[in-house]
Amino acid sequence: MLTAVIALTALALIFGLLLGFAAVRFKVEGDPLAEKIDALLPQTQCGQCGFPGCRPYAEAMARGEADINRCPPGGETTIIALADLLGREPIPLDAEVGEEKPKMVAIIDEATCIGCTLCIQACPVDAILGAAKQMHTIIEAECTGCELCLEPCPVDCIDMIQIPEKVLHWKWPYPQPPTETRPG
Amino acid sequence: MSRQLWSFHGGIHPPQYKELSNQRPIAQSSLAAELVIPLHQHIGQSPEPIVQVGDYVLKGQELAHAQGYVSAPVHASSSGTVVAIEERAIPHPSGLNALCVVLATDGEDRWLEQQLDERHYTAIEPSHLRNLIRSAGIVGLGGAGFPTFIKLNPTGRVIDTLILNGVECEPYITCDDLLMRERSTEILAGIKIMRHALQAGEVLIAIEDNKPEAIAIMQQAIANEPGIEVVSVPTRYPQGGEKQLIKVLTGKECPSSGLPFQIGVVLNNVATAYAIHRAVNHGQPLVSRIVTITGDGIKEPRNLEVPIGTPIQHLIDQCGGTSGEIERIIIGGPMMGFAMHSSAIPLIKTSNCILATRQPEQPAAPEMPCIRCGACAEVCPVELLPQQLYWHARAKEFDKTQEYDLFDCIECGCCSYVCPSNIPLVHYYRFAKTEIWSQEREKEKADQARKRHEFRLSRIEREQAEKEARLALKRAAVQEKSETPDKGEAEKQALIQAALARAQAKKESQQEPPKNTAELTPAQQRIIDEADARRQRLDAAADTPRKEAE
Ligand code: SF4
Ligand code: SF4
Ligand code: SF4
Repeated sequence: MLTAVIALTALALIFGLLLGFAAVRFKVEGDPLAEKIDALLPQTQCGQCGFPGCRPYAEAMARGEADINRCPPGGETTIIALADLLGREPIPLDAEVGEEKPKMVAIIDEATCIGCTLCIQACPVDAILGAAKQMHTIIEAECTGCELCLEPCPVDCIDMIQIPEKVLHWKWPYPQPPTETRPG
Repeated sequence: MSRQLWSFHGGIHPPQYKELSNQRPIAQSSLAAELVIPLHQHIGQSPEPIVQVGDYVLKGQELAHAQGYVSAPVHASSSGTVVAIEERAIPHPSGLNALCVVLATDGEDRWLEQQLDERHYTAIEPSHLRNLIRSAGIVGLGGAGFPTFIKLNPTGRVIDTLILNGVECEPYITCDDLLMRERSTEILAGIKIMRHALQAGEVLIAIEDNKPEAIAIMQQAIANEPGIEVVSVPTRYPQGGEKQLIKVLTGKECPSSGLPFQIGVVLNNVATAYAIHRAVNHGQPLVSRIVTITGDGIKEPRNLEVPIGTPIQHLIDQCGGTSGEIERIIIGGPMMGFAMHSSAIPLIKTSNCILATRQPEQPAAPEMPCIRCGACAEVCPVELLPQQLYWHARAKEFDKTQEYDLFDCIECGCCSYVCPSNIPLVHYYRFAKTEIWSQEREKEKADQARKRHEFRLSRIEREQAEKEARLALKRAAVQEKSETPDKGEAEKQALIQAALARAQAKKESQQEPPKNTAELTPAQQRIIDEADARRQRLDAAADTPRKEAE
């Protein structure tokens, strides 16, 4: 009996420490440069850059281990912003990681969904609601369009749709300038 | 009447072409068989439709109700039946569709019974006047479309000067000119209501000196009105810009991102004054406006009084149709307007001009590299550096465009007009502005996604740690047991039974909701509820075959 009490106390202590350590270790802070870089990434958390999320990619860039052109969702805008921050010249998006696409959101075909919860586990931002054996729904406003939920779905009931353009959010297109270079 | 006038920086003198359309009196437009009335016709929040498909509505009946403070209702511009509430093409540079109420007119043009406030306007409190003006759906008719009741609320400040903008500085447009010539007493009645609502000091009616008839008629109208003055200002574009006109008349500079209120000035368009008169003295909401149909591509250019929602093609047809090969049709003037994408689009509250231009004999000169001549900076009425703005917008260096005060640009087009290299400068500024807004929206979304992602990571971390703690406890218990002497067969059986019972209980309790459905916002809860309802419907529909399959 005594051994059990001692063992339990020791375990409680160890795991208390472990939790405390985890809280400190995973507190996203630390490197201020990585922080600044992360602030420029689109937070789609899609992993197309080859890292498990935007933050790890930001850290790799801060360490100088990754180039600035690996984020397809951010596209040209993000590359320009990163180049500006890091004092580099903008370069085109690395074709290897994919291409810039219009913004999409996922929708679940509610008639086909079997409620397996696999997509919930894949969603990096908890944008999917549902319970086991109950139909799932995506909160459109919170979906980042990362497509990570598509693959795990066993019945292929998730589709990506383009967000329809609205008058209020419409952007003037970039004027097509004739080729010229900036003087001096 | 020699009043001291000031001047604004820069400006241009483009050819006027006003005589094309100001020779004929205003004509009443015929009623189109179908009116397409967009909900969003002003700056601010869209109103919500309050009618349904199939409803019969009378002229002046509210179709959509204002939402929030900066919003305006829209009304039926004739009597008839609502045949659709759907997305249709609207006058917007994007060429996109937006929600419209489509009305099949019955040709009777019957007004809703007007509930008129019988009191004289001076007996009505200013706040109630503002409410009347708000529920009449009146927005600035000069082009921007800011809800007028907000501009008539001095919010505790003393308003020294109320300026009526009859400048109409953009070439081709003559609708305010004709309105002043033909309906001066009604405009004056509206001005007096505005002055009362604002408790304003002096009133100045500004008219450019290229409209001598309008000046003479307005002067006659105000002859016996103390405190109201007609001021003739020298013709120069963009004199009608809010900040430019205030500078010219009062010498005061409006703060960069501030409102004229802050310097004791309010500015409204003369057509808005006319609409206020109709609303307060006749109980009629804003259901029509006067619009100039002009350009060398129109056979008989003139001004028409048009029910809101009339298709633009219907108006062109009433002016003899087009002549020659049309280059493009512009909504608004040649300086600040935008090309129309389809002639099915309707006229809205803020459309002051339809300009059809013929294909020019010589093709437009091509765009050339900037030669850094500085002409653009000389004419900019806001004293910006258009050339620098251009370089940075072109290079998509948006933070730099903001350092050069991009958002102070009024998009008047003076810089593009004088640029010897034909660079579409304003297009670059519009591109940069909308791009910056969109990036701000995306930034907000990214911040939200980051927060949710970090929360998820910490949750997974915590669950992992908890799981390990539980496992360790179990291991310890097992170890302790192995230290105690062996138990009999019966005891072992009992343990197995207990384990089975636990497993069974656990299975039953699996219905508990997943962790991410705790602490939901009402919006999320609504989405779930709606989805559940849909699911139930689907289940009900699928019930029979499913049973059979079982
Ligand atoms: S590709 Fe871009 S959005 Fe996707 S995880 Fe990497 S940095 Fe984030
Ligand atoms: S469009 Fe903008 S930059 Fe060009 S002249 Fe007008 S205010 Fe100045
Ligand atoms: S007017 Fe045109 S060419 Fe001259 S400096 Fe401005 S942008 Fe360049």
